[in-house]
Amino acid sequence: MPQVAIRTEGLSKTYRTGFWKTKPVLALDDLNLEVLENEIFGCLGPNGAGKSTTLKLLMSLIYPTAGRAEILGKSVFSLEARRHIGYLPESPYFYEYLTAEEFLAYYGSLFGFAKAELKSRVDHFLKLTDVFHVRKLQLRKFSKGMLQRVGIAQAILGDPKVVFLDEPMSGLDPIGRREVRNLILQLKREGKTIFFSTHILNDVETLCDRIAILNRGKIIGSGTLNELFDQEVSRVEVVISGIPADRLRELAGTEASVSETGSTSRLELPAEARVSTIVAGIEQASGRIISINPVRQTMEDYFLKLVGKPERRATPRSRD
Amino acid sequence: MKVLHIARNTFRECVRDKVLYNLVIFAVLIIVSSLILGAITIGDVKQIIINLGLSTISLFGTLIAIFIGIQLVHKEIDKKTVYSLLSKPVARHEFILGKYLGLSMTLAVNVCVMVLGVFAAILYLRHSFQVSDVQILLAGVLILIELMLVIAIALLFSTFSTPALSALFAFCLYAIGHFNTDIREYGLSSDSWVTKVVASAMYYLLPNFGNFNIISRTAHGQFISTQIYLFAAVYGLIYSLGLLLFAMWIFQKRDFK
Repeated sequence: MPQVAIRTEGLSKTYRTGFWKTKPVLALDDLNLEVLENEIFGCLGPNGAGKSTTLKLLMSLIYPTAGRAEILGKSVFSLEARRHIGYLPESPYFYEYLTAEEFLAYYGSLFGFAKAELKSRVDHFLKLTDVFHVRKLQLRKFSKGMLQRVGIAQAILGDPKVVFLDEPMSGLDPIGRREVRNLILQLKREGKTIFFSTHILNDVETLCDRIAILNRGKIIGSGTLNELFDQEVSRVEVVISGIPADRLRELAGTEASVSETGSTSRLELPAEARVSTIVAGIEQASGRIISINPVRQTMEDYFLKLVGKPERRATPRSRD
Repeated sequence: MKVLHIARNTFRECVRDKVLYNLVIFAVLIIVSSLILGAITIGDVKQIIINLGLSTISLFGTLIAIFIGIQLVHKEIDKKTVYSLLSKPVARHEFILGKYLGLSMTLAVNVCVMVLGVFAAILYLRHSFQVSDVQILLAGVLILIELMLVIAIALLFSTFSTPALSALFAFCLYAIGHFNTDIREYGLSSDSWVTKVVASAMYYLLPNFGNFNIISRTAHGQFISTQIYLFAAVYGLIYSLGLLLFAMWIFQKRDFK
């Protein structure tokens, strides 16, 4: 049975703002989380949801107002826990006066690797993240995507058991994103636990074993994708040409929604609608069916249903 | 060892930020002064060169200690480099100590090269050295210890304040520290007990930079006892240690939002 890699109990954080630091802003409220070893765990949420606060608490960069957090059974404040973790901050900015090689060598030296091992590790991770050819270039000359790669290299340089990635796909081009996705899957194959926060829902669907959705500092949903949302057909989408939209509305009835794009119309029907009868009616009226697609509920639908309502996002919160 | 790696990186940062370029200005100053003084001065040229040299070492060093010192920690937080660094197995106090030692190493190199410059100027003007010239070396060591105290002050402020405010505080403390003895004497001569207490408290609590003021005596070739050197050195190191412990405590407590 897999062991718990990350555990938080009642983890809360309230920031004090204002000149006299008297105005409390709740950034994270009673977070109870268990991430199992060798799991890819995604932390989702809109801006200001508490994702980065969670990561900073787990990295012991900020102190909790209440509750506790453990990594591999050790307090996040212990150096022993930090020996086994890797962390990529959001929009990483590293020592711009160092070359990529010097930077990784510096961070590697903090793990106490012997000189020869350090050199081979630095070379290995420079190659793995595809920045070996620019290893002698100062980081100030790196693009955002290249910095992100170096950031990932420093996060996994110490052979961590648990890797925390804050928006790892940020700033990457489509090829880079695919490479990072493959890298995350490779880390999982190597037995590592990966905890990452993201806005990109496609990454979550592709990568995560389990997810937690945060909004306004609270978990509003967590579990596997199958547990969280129904993946049965939710509606049917029919694309038609050769028939006016008004006529289409008459044929499809009040439950359907019709939209027009150029010479084609798109008809959205509820899953329980009698699709074959409606399609037959359209064909009789000289309409041409281009496609019929059953649509399942997507991660995006589920996410927007939970956090996308305007009233939920109306109040600005503390930084995320 | 981790402390030394952080110190080494801080030293490298200073070098790459061209902090040591001040040596070029110093070199030009000393060479030009030597040439001009050698040509026009009738009195003791050596005394002027030592005075000018050591004062410049102290001035340049102080400016570097304050302006780089106030950014040591603030820059790492502002640029968020501290996020990835402290996620490594590094304790927060090791980070502070490493940053302190890194800038101290930079200033040690700076002072060493400048002191050698003063000796070179003396050799050029007088073609020989005297036994008493060893006091220039000792003055250099004391200036370095004084600068290490200034770094500790700047570093302390940089753990919780902005660079502008840190610079202001550090300069104020440095200036007050030079008039510490005068403040105490003013308090002693005052009739008000409040003034006496405040002046005494300031004298004992604030750093007394008067302890390091041996440049003029060194330039005049006056004998300076071992006790004066030892007291100033031990005072500077202990005071710096106290400030460093305070900085570590503040840094340990703070959140990196």
